[in-house]
Amino acid sequence: MDWYKKDFLPREDLEAIQLKRLKDTVERVYHLVPFYRKKFDEIGLKPQHIKSLDDLKNLPFTTKQDLRDNYPFGLFAAPMDQIVRIHSSSGTTGKPTVVGYTENDLRVWTEVMYRTYKMANVGPGDVVHNAYGYGLFTGGLGFHYGAEAVGAAVVPSSVGFTKRQLMLLKDFGATILCCTPSYALHLAEVAREEGFDPPKDFLLRAGFFGAEPASEGLRQAVAEAWGIKYFEAYGLSEIIGPGVAASCPEGELHIFEDHFIPEIINPETGEVLPEGQEGELVFTTLSKQGLPIIRYRTKDIASLYKAPCKCGRTVLRMGRIVGRTDDMLIVSGVNVFPSQVEHVLTQVEGLTPNYVIVVDKRGVLDVLEVWVEVDERVFTGDIGSLENLKRKLEEELANALFLRARVKLVEPKTLERSMGKAKRVVDRRELKDIA
Amino acid sequence: MRGKYAIKQLSIFLENRKGRLKEVTRVLAEANVNIRALALAESAEFGILRLVVDNPEKARSVLSKEGFTVKEQEVFAVEVPDKPGGFYQVVKALTEADINIDYTYAFVGGKDSAILIFKVPDNLFEKALEMVNQNGIKLVEPIFFYGK
Repeated sequence: MDWYKKDFLPREDLEAIQLKRLKDTVERVYHLVPFYRKKFDEIGLKPQHIKSLDDLKNLPFTTKQDLRDNYPFGLFAAPMDQIVRIHSSSGTTGKPTVVGYTENDLRVWTEVMYRTYKMANVGPGDVVHNAYGYGLFTGGLGFHYGAEAVGAAVVPSSVGFTKRQLMLLKDFGATILCCTPSYALHLAEVAREEGFDPPKDFLLRAGFFGAEPASEGLRQAVAEAWGIKYFEAYGLSEIIGPGVAASCPEGELHIFEDHFIPEIINPETGEVLPEGQEGELVFTTLSKQGLPIIRYRTKDIASLYKAPCKCGRTVLRMGRIVGRTDDMLIVSGVNVFPSQVEHVLTQVEGLTPNYVIVVDKRGVLDVLEVWVEVDERVFTGDIGSLENLKRKLEEELANALFLRARVKLVEPKTLERSMGKAKRVVDRRELKDIA
Repeated sequence: MRGKYAIKQLSIFLENRKGRLKEVTRVLAEANVNIRALALAESAEFGILRLVVDNPEKARSVLSKEGFTVKEQEVFAVEVPDKPGGFYQVVKALTEADINIDYTYAFVGGKDSAILIFKVPDNLFEKALEMVNQNGIKLVEPIFFYGK
């Protein structure tokens, strides 16, 4: 069957596939992952107790902390000789979150990315300019293999070097752009500065944008700046990477439900909430072998809708992510936890400083600044030692966050004065959002 | 010699922000502290104001109370003739003894002399004083700064 058709299955057929796969997954983790066996045993749950999709609610949750506690490979359900790819995201206290894929997992990933691209009918003859980061993050390679699978030509440009990207976009005749929405807008601005009229001078017709939240205003701005159709891609590495959900031509975000079952729960009680209600989004993977994951708490706040979409797809739709249940920030598509910054600061010798994380926009791009108070413990009286401290902090932050942060040394009490007491994070982007 | 010639210098951390220098000088003026010598070092984002004052303890205490980050360090001062080569003879003496100068600043002392202030690494402080002395350069006692 063409993978594309899976989005249009009658619900009964889809749910039959889900139930079979759920049972397999539960069996698999119970027998292969000691962490899950222990969790199941604690509540007296056996794999055979899962008889219907409704029983999903009886399964225990998995959190990012569980992944960290089992660093690096503790939750893998496949032996290492079957793991063919490892990705990771930055961790909150120095250790990253690690995800592993078997050959079959990569096939599943390619399939869901194929279905993502099919939302815009991408295929042979299209040139996909992929400006997601290639590397440990899942964005680059996820979009890459999907594009190859639909038969498009991929330009793996990765991130940075904006003027070179523009040259490639133009000279190679890219028709599809893949990157974060803010970078798409930045590209358009630089194109205009270079004297181009982006909708006229480029062949782009659509783009797949994700990895960071985007307001309606930002979406429209990107679509208008390039004169293209805006498609959203949603995903997280713990589940598979990009390819968990994608928006259809109607603008509805569809979850590839035969591979990932979504639930919305009350983040405080864990109770499953009815359709349409806002709560924490939870996913259970149905076909992953390397890192199957049961009821993973994404901490993203969203809602789910079952009614069939105008586009004809039968898979569930999710509303836009409206927030987080934790303090995670997304800066240029990279997840940042304030605790990561604090960890770095306390690791630097003799430093237990007062600090504030300031996220701002320079033009349309995110910038991360860490303001650190210079008090008598770190102030030696020399310019050189302060500059060294700044450089060292910036280096350590880049290592821990996988993202460049600018350290600003400030006088004591500055933070209180300018930010109000005890506020650790100031996100100035909201004020400047285009919406 | 250190005990006799070490002069207390205050370094004050300042952000490059409007009004900060004014604030420091206001605090000192209101505390009736006299600034005897000063230098301002700057980087792109912040600066360090270095002061030798008539009453370092008092200056330090009022500045700290106002929330400034203050570090006290020891420097030494020499008096040289206010004519070509005056600065050179001191720098030459220190350089030939392999003593690195962290920084230095100067002001005209009187009618025909200049006062030079030197900051050297702490472990070379005593050696620097000896070298200067051996080269017949006049060291200035702290009372010169604190006395008025």
